[in-house]
Amino acid sequence: MEAPFVSTHRFPWVLLVAGVICLAAGSWLGLFVVPAEHYMGDVQRIMYVHVPTAWTWMVVVLFSLGSAISFLFMNDLKWDTRMEAGLEIGSLLAFLLCCQGAIWAKPTWGVWWDWDPRLTSTAVLLFAFLGILALRKFVDDPTRRAIWSAVATIIASIDLPIVYFSVKWWNSLHQQQSSPETVASTFHLPLRLNAIGILLVVIALLALRSRVAGYRLREQLAEPPSFITSEPTGELA
Amino acid sequence: MSADVKVLVAPRDTTPNALTAALRKELLLQWRTRGQLMAVFVFGAAALLLFSFAIGPSAVALRTFSAGFLWLGLLLSSTLTLAESFHIETEHNALEGLLLLPADARALYYAKAIANWLQLTLLGAALVPIMVVLYDAGTSRLPLLLAVIALGAAGLSAPGTLYAAMTARLQAKQTLLPLLLFPLIVPALLAAVKATSLVILGDPMGELRSWLGLLAAFDLIYWSLCGLLYGRVIDS
Repeated sequence: MEAPFVSTHRFPWVLLVAGVICLAAGSWLGLFVVPAEHYMGDVQRIMYVHVPTAWTWMVVVLFSLGSAISFLFMNDLKWDTRMEAGLEIGSLLAFLLCCQGAIWAKPTWGVWWDWDPRLTSTAVLLFAFLGILALRKFVDDPTRRAIWSAVATIIASIDLPIVYFSVKWWNSLHQQQSSPETVASTFHLPLRLNAIGILLVVIALLALRSRVAGYRLREQLAEPPSFITSEPTGELA
Repeated sequence: MSADVKVLVAPRDTTPNALTAALRKELLLQWRTRGQLMAVFVFGAAALLLFSFAIGPSAVALRTFSAGFLWLGLLLSSTLTLAESFHIETEHNALEGLLLLPADARALYYAKAIANWLQLTLLGAALVPIMVVLYDAGTSRLPLLLAVIALGAAGLSAPGTLYAAMTARLQAKQTLLPLLLFPLIVPALLAAVKATSLVILGDPMGELRSWLGLLAAFDLIYWSLCGLLYGRVIDS
């Protein structure tokens, strides 16, 4: 399979800067300007990062699944570089989500961890993605690595709703999902700013990370240097 | 010349014949390596013995958690049998020889998965008496318990066989297989433990049927999905 084309466009850096500005503005509003929530107090302010992280995480999981399916259909390694980026950033976001959830749960529910469907399925998918990333480290052949991790990504993503519903029937405590309709209008602006900010940062990171994966693939697939492939000269033979 | 070519590219056999032939091969292999299954059974029984030390000698607690211990024992044992299930095929590149046969790769997968499923069901059934003795977790509904074990084992064997095919040729297969498999089978494990627990401890709310339904649905999804993707895994 051919090495993918690697773009050197400056666009991801622009997105990254814009995202960081949105995130800083949204967090400043959320932490210092908007009043604290009536029942939960200041603890609720973690919502301004937690909820956008959860939204973006779901987008990244869908992106990884889409890249995996596209690779299996098109056999183009550019989708493998995107999948690698999605797997890594998806793991990072899932880890952040679990940490933020635990920080919020301790003062609110009194425990760090709870066997709630969303928390548990996030943790399960985190481990599934980490397993796939570990698998990628042990497979040297780029084509085989791409196919195997695409297959594993598809299975892990399809597993996500099953895990969610099985844990939901098993045990449940998490509060209902927040949406603009269930959140008072004063909280809208920081929430939306942070959502846009995290989304932009994540898109930029996905683009940059797949670029890195593309360079590594090109290096791996490049022709070996001539002194390795060239026939020995008559004098030495 | 063209007649010769026609013979060489015979259509791939997707009839049940290919599946029965492959299954016969798997079962024969398992029969000839039955010593290994015995060793894995002893491993599972030892695990069940060790789990009781985690709880302490409280008979009530042991009985309450017996279903979970049974499934953890079976899960740990299954990683041993699954990781070894492609051992013969990796020796001397025998798998390539198999793929050259005019048989569908899916027939090879389903034969292997069915053989692994039978092996795990047998292993689970053999661990039941150990569980009953150690944890005092007897039940009069033995056929139902065996059905739960068979359904749960099916949930382990379908993705387990697929991942065993991937990791068989890798150095760290003993680590990678559980790492890939454990997060996936959470729903099957959860449903199997719950259903087993309801069979042993009684089912006052009538929940058993829905857990069995979930387990069967999980099996159906994984048996079809893994069979579909196996061709791509093995061709590479």
